[in-house]
Amino acid sequence: MAKVRSSFLLATLCFVLAGFIVPVQQLSAQGPVSVTIESWRNDDLPVWQDTIIPAFTKRYPNIKVVFGPTAPTEYNAALNAKFSGGTAGDLITCRPFDLSLGLFKQGFLAPVNDLPGMSNFGPVAKSAWITDDGKTVFCVPMASVIHGFIYNADIFKQLGLTPPKTESEFFQVLDKIKQDGRYAPLALGTADQWEAATMGFQNIGPNYWKGEQGRLALITGRAKFTDPDYVAVWRTLAKWRPYLASGFEAQKYPDSQNLFTLGKAAIYPAGSWEVALFNRQAQFKMGAFPPPLPAGASTCYISDHTDIAMGMNAKTRHPEEAKKFLGWMTTSEFASLYSNALPGFFSLSNQKVTLQDPLAQTFLNWRSTCKSTIRNSYQILSRGEPNLENELWRVSAGVISGKLTPEEAAAQVQTGLAKWFKPPTK
Amino acid sequence: MRPRLRRVPLHIIVFILPAAAIYTAFMIYPLFDSLRLSLHGNPEGGGVVFVGLQNYARLVADSLYAPRFWGAVRHNLIFFAIHMLVQNPVGLLLAALLSARRLPGLAVYRTLLFAPTVLSFVIVGFIWQLILSPLWGIAGGLLRAAGLGAHFRPWLGLEGSALVTLSLISVWQFVGIPLMLFHAALIGIPDDLLEAARVDGATGWRAFWGIEFPLILPVVGLVAILTYVGNFNAFDLIYTAQGALAGPNFSTDILGTFFYRTFFGFQLQLGNPFMGATVAGVMFLLILAGVLPYLFVWQRRIEVHEL
Repeated sequence: MAKVRSSFLLATLCFVLAGFIVPVQQLSAQGPVSVTIESWRNDDLPVWQDTIIPAFTKRYPNIKVVFGPTAPTEYNAALNAKFSGGTAGDLITCRPFDLSLGLFKQGFLAPVNDLPGMSNFGPVAKSAWITDDGKTVFCVPMASVIHGFIYNADIFKQLGLTPPKTESEFFQVLDKIKQDGRYAPLALGTADQWEAATMGFQNIGPNYWKGEQGRLALITGRAKFTDPDYVAVWRTLAKWRPYLASGFEAQKYPDSQNLFTLGKAAIYPAGSWEVALFNRQAQFKMGAFPPPLPAGASTCYISDHTDIAMGMNAKTRHPEEAKKFLGWMTTSEFASLYSNALPGFFSLSNQKVTLQDPLAQTFLNWRSTCKSTIRNSYQILSRGEPNLENELWRVSAGVISGKLTPEEAAAQVQTGLAKWFKPPTK
Repeated sequence: MRPRLRRVPLHIIVFILPAAAIYTAFMIYPLFDSLRLSLHGNPEGGGVVFVGLQNYARLVADSLYAPRFWGAVRHNLIFFAIHMLVQNPVGLLLAALLSARRLPGLAVYRTLLFAPTVLSFVIVGFIWQLILSPLWGIAGGLLRAAGLGAHFRPWLGLEGSALVTLSLISVWQFVGIPLMLFHAALIGIPDDLLEAARVDGATGWRAFWGIEFPLILPVVGLVAILTYVGNFNAFDLIYTAQGALAGPNFSTDILGTFFYRTFFGFQLQLGNPFMGATVAGVMFLLILAGVLPYLFVWQRRIEVHEL
């Protein structure tokens, strides 16, 4: 511990010294003001440098924007050190939920409630960067990922299938693929466990628990995982088992991806982040359909999970310029630039965005036909132990592989949650 | 007149000092600091306070930690038992075969058998996952070719077989260590002893158990203790093959992976350095409990034949 402390001290010292040097340079140079963006998305560096920032400087030639990413695994620690040393950049890329909330509570992030364009974002979009009382938003939502099913359109054509709209149609389609025998109907494995929860439970679940209504009911204590709406999700997942590739118990995430892109599986329970990779790898036509409606349901719900946002350093030396950039991020120009540069990551803005990538556009269309929600294990419910998200991975994999009944899965998750989570009493 | 304490010669201190200083700074100090950390806690809202053995009590009794902890201990014992029952006897058998005189291609066998030991865990885990993969692996095809296709299962993905499969992969990787130690001990036995036995009419089998085995008994103890320490410290293979959640359903969770999840956290779960240090403390005590009897009982009692 002492070693860690002294190295932090050293790092802080360096940052403080750096802090003395930077303003001097800026005073001597009378050019445009420079604003730095902190981010963990070093993969996106070319997108920012070649597409996004040039578009911004065209509008605001006096502001120079520098995108300065850190490695994803080091981002949280590095950002904390920079904030305590007073050398963090002017714009801060926000992780969803508790990490950014922690920064806001320590006074590092400024509220963004009064930005003019904030009305372009709905409540679900803001939910990951809002205080628990729902009053203060501290980051401008950037992008989300949407769940659904990607299918091999060539196989569907060959077998004369159409994308299913209801759950019974879904299982009929799966039956036909299975009878044909040449392809695995569903590309999903349980070895990594998270696939079962993220691509299974959180993918089809919102249709059962009615999206936001069911998610918020868990937080307010009006609903439990043992309620019929939640158990029914696991019951449906259990029915997927016969349609998975043989040996799915040892099938990992890359195995599932390869199974689908090599044309050996017909349907891939997906997240939209796969779009760019699948476009590069798959040699066949692809389409996508939203989670099929369970019997008796008429409204569809999708998991439109908030993933990334941008906030402002509360102690920035250039608040006006930083606000201008954040304000620009609320416009449809930014939304369209960003969503097109990174297909599968969708702007959270309410404004209409047209995508050049047809598969990504299919996912995006569901926002207007279905209601959006986020994964139910992230907001507030992710705070205690046993961790709800990890438990959902474990039991969902157990249900799909037939080791747990849906009722057992629900009971185990609820017992774990009740151990630490006390819903607010009315 | 009281006898004067014998002074340690200065040059010995000078020679030992660098190693002792580095070892103290990087091994002994962190070890004790970690044990100190395990006696502290961070109760709601407060700072770091001394909590005595509370963390250890939580680990063995609290319904949040106890099932995972005892599960990990049980899996570690199974892991160890498989190594003792498979790795070391097989290592001894191979060593005995290799030390048979005039074995052609001895160096080739020795190198091949030892090769997996020098491979990285990551490579071994990855290769075996591919071999055993139900989608792309050759294991299923080989069994089908032998007419045993019906017996193929996705072993790494089933609760009942995942731990045994991983143990056997680890045995495959590390069988070279006991092999080399036994081999070195066996070829160190003077030929005249074995010749004398042969003159007295002992068969190969009898000569092995009557002459060679008693002579390598110190090495048997050494191999056992190395296996014990290595197994209770194991982490890499399970982490590489099954991830930190040690699936399916924690069936391959050993103390190493349990420690990793507790100390560093996992996905949305935040790390808990105090409970993590507690798990590390228990691992230390378990290993100590195995090593001390070896040092003070086995090593003192065992007769080392001067050859």
